Amino acid sequence: MQIPKLFQTSTFRLALVNLVVFGVAMVLPFVFVYSNTVGSLDSETNAAIIGEIKGLADEYHRLGKASLIDVVAQRARDPDDKNAIFLLTDAQRRPLAGNISVWPADSASNGEWIRFVIDKVKAGGSTPHRVRARAMRLAGGELLLVGRDVEQILAMQRRITEALGWALALTFVLVLTGGVLMSRYMLRRVEAITQTSRMIVEGTLSRRMPIRGTGDEFDRLSENLNQMLDQIEHLMTSMRTVTDSIAHDLRGPLTHLKGRIELALRAAPDARSYRAALEHAVAETDRILSIFNALIEMAKAESGLGRADMASLDLGVVAADVADLYEPVAEERGLALRAEIGEGTVMLGNRQLLALSVANLLDNAIKYTPAGGSITLSVDSGPGTVRLVVNDSGPGILPADRGRVVERFVRIGTDPAIPGSGLGLSLVAAVARLHRASFELGDNAPGLRVTVVFPKGSTQESADAAHRGETAATLAAGS
Amino acid sequence: MRILVIEDDAQTALYLRKGLEEGGYTVDWTGDGRDGLFMAASERYDLIVVDRMLPSADGLSIIKVLRSQGLRTPILVLSALGQVDDRVHGLEAGADDYLPKPYAFSELMARVDALLRRGTATAPGTVLKVGDLEMNLLARTVTRGGETIELKPREFRLLEYLMRHADQVVTRTMLLEAVWDYHFDPQTNVIDVHISRLRQKIDKGFGNPLLHTIRGAGYSLRANS
Repeated sequence: MQIPKLFQTSTFRLALVNLVVFGVAMVLPFVFVYSNTVGSLDSETNAAIIGEIKGLADEYHRLGKASLIDVVAQRARDPDDKNAIFLLTDAQRRPLAGNISVWPADSASNGEWIRFVIDKVKAGGSTPHRVRARAMRLAGGELLLVGRDVEQILAMQRRITEALGWALALTFVLVLTGGVLMSRYMLRRVEAITQTSRMIVEGTLSRRMPIRGTGDEFDRLSENLNQMLDQIEHLMTSMRTVTDSIAHDLRGPLTHLKGRIELALRAAPDARSYRAALEHAVAETDRILSIFNALIEMAKAESGLGRADMASLDLGVVAADVADLYEPVAEERGLALRAEIGEGTVMLGNRQLLALSVANLLDNAIKYTPAGGSITLSVDSGPGTVRLVVNDSGPGILPADRGRVVERFVRIGTDPAIPGSGLGLSLVAAVARLHRASFELGDNAPGLRVTVVFPKGSTQESADAAHRGETAATLAAGS
Repeated sequence: MRILVIEDDAQTALYLRKGLEEGGYTVDWTGDGRDGLFMAASERYDLIVVDRMLPSADGLSIIKVLRSQGLRTPILVLSALGQVDDRVHGLEAGADDYLPKPYAFSELMARVDALLRRGTATAPGTVLKVGDLEMNLLARTVTRGGETIELKPREFRLLEYLMRHADQVVTRTMLLEAVWDYHFDPQTNVIDVHISRLRQKIDKGFGNPLLHTIRGAGYSLRANS
């Protein structure tokens, strides 16, 4: 992972914003703590020095020099106030009383702050301590100095400042590291998705987005993308299947057709054999065309285009009409075709495609049921649904084959004597999908039971569709 | 009878022209939509056959222009777009019939005949007659040689269509469209069975058969074979 890329990520930018926020959040409490501790100690010390020097000056005015010497000597020895510094000298800066012996070098006595260093003697040796003090020249020319050892305050000030510095540095490092790690993590997750999509774009459609199983937002995104990919792959596969099937199913008859024609052309010129060859060619072409038409109808149903032609219709009437069309055919084959039409079977649908579906189902039933058998077509209504059932007493379809038979061009028990493109049931399934209906192959014991349950459709949709249906009917009437 | 064919594919046009001329029609052909529009507007034709997709103009817009000019010549649309809604659009534009490609020539011929007949047909009466077969549209009764024939409603409509198109060839597709209003092709020849049932009722026991099968095309109801 390249570094510049890392800095370009939105996560990293967010981490930087975080860093600033954290920094401010750290500095503000510090300022508060600092001003409340070191700051107030400092000003208290200053106030104490000023107060004390004024007090001592008053003492001098009221009681005179000797008394001041006593007081200063007493204060300087006070064990409770070890940080206090006192010095009283005569005009020549010779010490009279106090706890330091030398007047600090070049110090003013005009009320300004004096800073100097003293050596504090302890058990092990002496250490330099910084002192802050004020001096005052008294009326008799004596010099008075009052101060405080501020080494501790300054040390505390330094420690707090240092602590803040470290804290800020640590925050910076932590936030930056966190930012880099987070960005790398995010980048890696996004990169995984990006790379997978790139592979898919380049043609490996079977690839899927990685899922970690944590159920986080990336997993959810990946899951949704994967569902989308599944759908695309399904569509691609079915398209490929259709293409393959067309190629397979049409190449056969076309090759056959071409062969017949070539054979006829090579044979001796004879009007009768030419005619036979041509008649055969026409029959073969018709077969090819019927496969083509079925494929077009199915493509239309599957693309959802047929929804535009939906209108409010009575499935019972549609089914009864088709039964009426097929009844003589069934009778001719020695089959009893019965239509049981219930009440309230009005729903939203495409009449042509529904009629085609029922026709295909009856066609199948008639083709596969042996003479003497019976076929029942029933339409009834349930809550919000209309159910269409076609029962026959034929051989039925084995449960294992039921899924397969809906696929295009699949024919069960391929009896060459029974004509068919193998598209019938897949077309019915496609029309059912278009109507958002459930399609099920079951056992009629004996025979096949096909059940299609249609939703009646929303009233608004029905109303719109009914309006369209009227328009179409008007047009048809006008033609 | 003169027919104008507007079709841009020369081979299809040649085949159309040849077939229609063999059927006894005079055929004018153009491959260009604008020329076709001009010819249709300036000369008298009994029928116009127009392809849906043409290079210079859309077949449907040609029909709309002609109809807006008050031309009442029957128009048959040929189209590679065979879906139901395309059919509706075609009829909406003012076409009289719509035939999806590829079609059998016999199918086209039958439809051309039907359209030309319709153009000259007199107002429909209440009684249809073919030979000694009579249909009373008001009483909904059918008799042959004075003998009443019982027909189911669907059989009645089937016979009515055949009688209205007497002496013409009527294809299975035409019957399926007119009698059942189905625009798809059932796998089994269901129409044949219906026709044979009807034939049982109207021809059986009578001297000369009226309902004839035309091989490779369809059926024809005629008094003189």
